Amino acid sequence: MDTTALPRIPPDQVKVSRSPGYWATVGRRILADRVTLVCLVLLATIALAAVFADVLAPLDPLKTSMAKRLRPIGTPGFPLGTDELGRDILSRLLYGGRMSLLMGSWPVANALVIGGTLGIVAGFFGGRLNMVIMRTVDVFYAFPSVLLAVAISGALGSGMKNAIVALTIVFVPPLVRIAETVTTQVRNLDFVEAARASGAGSPTIIRVHLLPNVMGAIVVYASGLFSVSIILASGLSFLGLGVEPPQAEWGLMLNTLRQAIYVQPWVAILPGMMIFVTSICCNLASDGLRAAMEIKQ
Amino acid sequence: MSDPTPLLSVTGLNVAFQTPRGTAQAVNGIDFTLARGEVLCLLGESGSGKSVTLRALMRLLPEQRSRISGRVTIAGEDLYGLPERRVEDLRGKVVSMVFQEPMLALDPVYTIGAQIAETIVRHERVSKAEAGRRALELLEKVQIPSAKRRLEAYPHEMSGGMRQRAMIALALACNPAILLADEPTTALDATVQMQVLLLLRRLQAETGMAVIMVTHDIGVAAETADRVAVMYAGRIVEQGTAAQVLKTPQHPYATGLFASTVHAGLKDRRLDAIPGAPPDLTALPPGCAFAPRCARRREACDVGQPPKIRMADAREVLCVDAVAAG
Repeated sequence: MDTTALPRIPPDQVKVSRSPGYWATVGRRILADRVTLVCLVLLATIALAAVFADVLAPLDPLKTSMAKRLRPIGTPGFPLGTDELGRDILSRLLYGGRMSLLMGSWPVANALVIGGTLGIVAGFFGGRLNMVIMRTVDVFYAFPSVLLAVAISGALGSGMKNAIVALTIVFVPPLVRIAETVTTQVRNLDFVEAARASGAGSPTIIRVHLLPNVMGAIVVYASGLFSVSIILASGLSFLGLGVEPPQAEWGLMLNTLRQAIYVQPWVAILPGMMIFVTSICCNLASDGLRAAMEIKQ
Repeated sequence: MSDPTPLLSVTGLNVAFQTPRGTAQAVNGIDFTLARGEVLCLLGESGSGKSVTLRALMRLLPEQRSRISGRVTIAGEDLYGLPERRVEDLRGKVVSMVFQEPMLALDPVYTIGAQIAETIVRHERVSKAEAGRRALELLEKVQIPSAKRRLEAYPHEMSGGMRQRAMIALALACNPAILLADEPTTALDATVQMQVLLLLRRLQAETGMAVIMVTHDIGVAAETADRVAVMYAGRIVEQGTAAQVLKTPQHPYATGLFASTVHAGLKDRRLDAIPGAPPDLTALPPGCAFAPRCARRREACDVGQPPKIRMADAREVLCVDAVAAG
């Protein structure tokens, strides 16, 4: 090959498009994805509304009024009507959002840390450790998740803290499974051996090479559990095992308004709508985020 | 090369794997040495134990499932007598490895620059900035065009040849004394193969590192090796200088292997093939493993292991037919 005949371009005249940074690329992809964008905005709105409930709520969510029970949507002073005890629905939805989002996120976050760690350890080290962890986890699969949550919080006693503990225990096993499966797959890829060949020890390999490759799958799965957690938590509240009655919580509100479904169907449906919108946004947003954060595209 | 102690010496290395079908004898008592700056090619077909040997040299084989015996000495240290910590220090710094499939051997979630810098930081405890500078130098050394921009590229954004160059840069990050290359050109297309080989040879000459190259491509061996070791069923059946082994092979397997290679003079002729198939590693015959396929098989071949014979020209052949020196 004779390269001398080719005209040489001075290096400063070579136009090279710089590849944008990783997070810039992720941001651009999200902006281009309408569905994800809308869901993220909705979720942010719901979260902010819940955080600033005490500023935004027009009335005291606990103040009852026998005279103004079950008012329809649009009643002056009660924009979203009142419940069976005459409490303002809008205020209760705002305050209830706090509880529900808390009950949705805490158990999942706890389970993510516990289950993720156990799964990665089991998958990476394999052998007897894997056996012990995975068989223990299998025991929890013997019970349906609702039953398990009810049994645990029944044994621990009612209250929000215990409900969170119960839900955490319910969500750990599936997360261990997912983390273990993905870790086992990634562990056998050449780049893990290559990292070992360049002198990395097990802690470094787990932290640097395994976690980022495994996290995506676990987080996406966990975000799907968020809505399950809200629903299970409301189930517990219904049985008197979760959030206790005067408190506002979407699941609890849905359950108490159940009897009013023939009187004020639109009011009764509102807390359910909130659960539905929150969980569907969460699922769609997590799908979108996963796609946007995908490196191979 | 007057150094009396070789950089790497392997004596009586055995590797066996527990499989559901029984114990697979992947490597069966091989001996070789590697001097500073020497290029050794391990040649053989798939399943002859080449890659397992390489991994054994870095203690990369899974400890629970493999049984390893024999002695591997690297720069005077007994590899299998060292604690894991010390081995980690050796890996990447004294011995490093280039893998066959660069797409799989590079972590998809990090840029090339980050992966190279990571290794440098780990072994030399230098600052991130310094490591980044070194990474750039390395990419330039392996002739990656517009190296500066490629530092920030992810593996999937590069072509196969470029990825393999990046892999080589990663392996060279800490100036290893020994580079192990596991079929570094197999996953590349033919034109790129040659470029990568030439690059490896040039880097070897520049840095004076020793290289063990595993390949089943005789052309690659002829192109790069100082010495060649032909492997069959986990044994080195013939070992000598590249010229000796490739031009006048003595072992019947080596003869057959080279005869079954495609080259230009073969047009319109049937390729000579070795009859039969490689032996089952879980049930190796008591005698010579190649005997069942050998045209020169005699009674002596099946009695026991053929002796290792050192011939007059100093090459070693594992065959009853070989003529010993003096």
